[in-house]
Amino acid sequence: MSLEVKQLTKLYNSQRALNSISFEAKSGQVLGFLGPNGAGKSTTMKIASGYLLPDEGDVWVNGLSVSEHPKQVSKMIGYLPEHNPLYLDMYVKEFLLFMASLYRFKGLSAKSKIATIIEKCGLGAEQHKKIGQLSKGYRQRVGLAKALVHDPEVIILDEPTTGLDPNQLLEIRKLIREIGKDKTLILSTHIMQEVEAICEKVVIIHQGEIVAQDLLQNLKAGEGLTSVFLETEEQLYMEWFESLNGIQEIRPINDRQFEFLANSATDLRKELLTVVQERNLSLLSVRLQERNLESIFHQLTQS
Amino acid sequence: MGQLFLKEINAFFNHLTGYLLLAAFLVTLGLVVWVFPETSVLEYGFADLEALFVYAPLIFVFLVPAMTMRMIAEEKKSGTWELLMTSPLTNSQVVLAKYFAAVALVVLALLPALIYYYSVVQLGDPVGNIDSAGFFGSFIGLVMIGAVFAAIGIFSSALTENQITAFVIGVFMGFLLYFGFSAFSMLQRNDAALFLEEISLSYHYQSMGRGVIDSSNLVYFLSVIGSLLVLTGIMIKRR
Repeated sequence: MSLEVKQLTKLYNSQRALNSISFEAKSGQVLGFLGPNGAGKSTTMKIASGYLLPDEGDVWVNGLSVSEHPKQVSKMIGYLPEHNPLYLDMYVKEFLLFMASLYRFKGLSAKSKIATIIEKCGLGAEQHKKIGQLSKGYRQRVGLAKALVHDPEVIILDEPTTGLDPNQLLEIRKLIREIGKDKTLILSTHIMQEVEAICEKVVIIHQGEIVAQDLLQNLKAGEGLTSVFLETEEQLYMEWFESLNGIQEIRPINDRQFEFLANSATDLRKELLTVVQERNLSLLSVRLQERNLESIFHQLTQS
Repeated sequence: MGQLFLKEINAFFNHLTGYLLLAAFLVTLGLVVWVFPETSVLEYGFADLEALFVYAPLIFVFLVPAMTMRMIAEEKKSGTWELLMTSPLTNSQVVLAKYFAAVALVVLALLPALIYYYSVVQLGDPVGNIDSAGFFGSFIGLVMIGAVFAAIGIFSSALTENQITAFVIGVFMGFLLYFGFSAFSMLQRNDAALFLEEISLSYHYQSMGRGVIDSSNLVYFLSVIGSLLVLTGIMIKRR
């Protein structure tokens, strides 16, 4: 099972929400779909789930086009929309049975299926409650259970963890990891720790265009740049550092704090300390900053 | 599709509003038929339920849009619409399930009128002295009017995310189709007026009240319903 997004373009009036984006998600590999708010994450997921039509390009699920065969494809996709819409008047079990029946699962097989899903999603104690009475974390579980109810191969989760407390976050993440083991799972978020905790592959989108897509480990290895932070009591001047070996960029944070980007091959700290000694400065701090997803994200999506 | 139909019926009775609407309808109708001296069967002195059939459409203009206003608008607002649209149900199945649920609720609201019929049959002197054909013609006409208003209500609910807006549009469209066109046709006597009168709901409803169910009337009702549902389908198309 695979999900392929090919040259997807979506226009809202004249605004380009998506501009010819392409990526692919494979089975057993959780794909994290990242981007700032308004980057086009939800639009992409709505098109993939068959709710919106693309203006150009298409999404292929196992070789079937979403815009041409939306109903066939819908049986293969489990979709949790943004904001997790649910029928608040329904009981948990009733809701899951109703959703299952829309996917042509009925009778005993549906009931036993739902019982296992309720167990899997940790809804056992809440299954006889009305959805409206549940806390946000449990509602999120109901939404996840809904996405799983027809046993889809591809699962699309649009910001599944917004508004959860840290404990709920951990539990939902564990659940998502478990589901992702044998399914094709796409997950959108703007929480970086989440991607680092769950995803193997990352696609970063910004203003409707893909700015990075790679395996998480490759992305973190980065383009071979390290960053060093330096703070002194005296004022610092750019000219002092420009001639240093391997320096790519100097970013003044203020006149006493600088950030340096350099090739990872050279250890910039030694060079910086030489400068500090030569100029007779009083050093407050020098530290190597680990390149995490967050800094990569900032770098790619600030314009 | 059957499940969605049942869900709609359940949703209607899940809220107090549902019971309130039905109760308001029945109480109003009961007052008109039995209590208000102007219209009461008992005061009138003839075994005839004309008051019921004159006033019921007037109440329907408000009642039916109130029943249907949330059916699509609310789902769109809460986002559950996305769940339905991304399920294997086709658009027409969704529209039809909701429409049939609305019609079922209309029929449910009308069933007590059969008790009125029975009462008047018993009150007649001699017993059973009532124009049954006229009653059932009108009753079926009333069901058809309700069915048309239900289609209007579903259509107006598909136009907006706001229930109140859907209600207002539904009431206005129903009012125009039932009272408006025939009233306009009174203004002048020419071909246009005749045409306006023939496309008004009340014209076909009254002709059914004579106790003859003419196929042309049925065709009229069904085509109005059909075109409204097709329009609804167009409104909810994927974009």
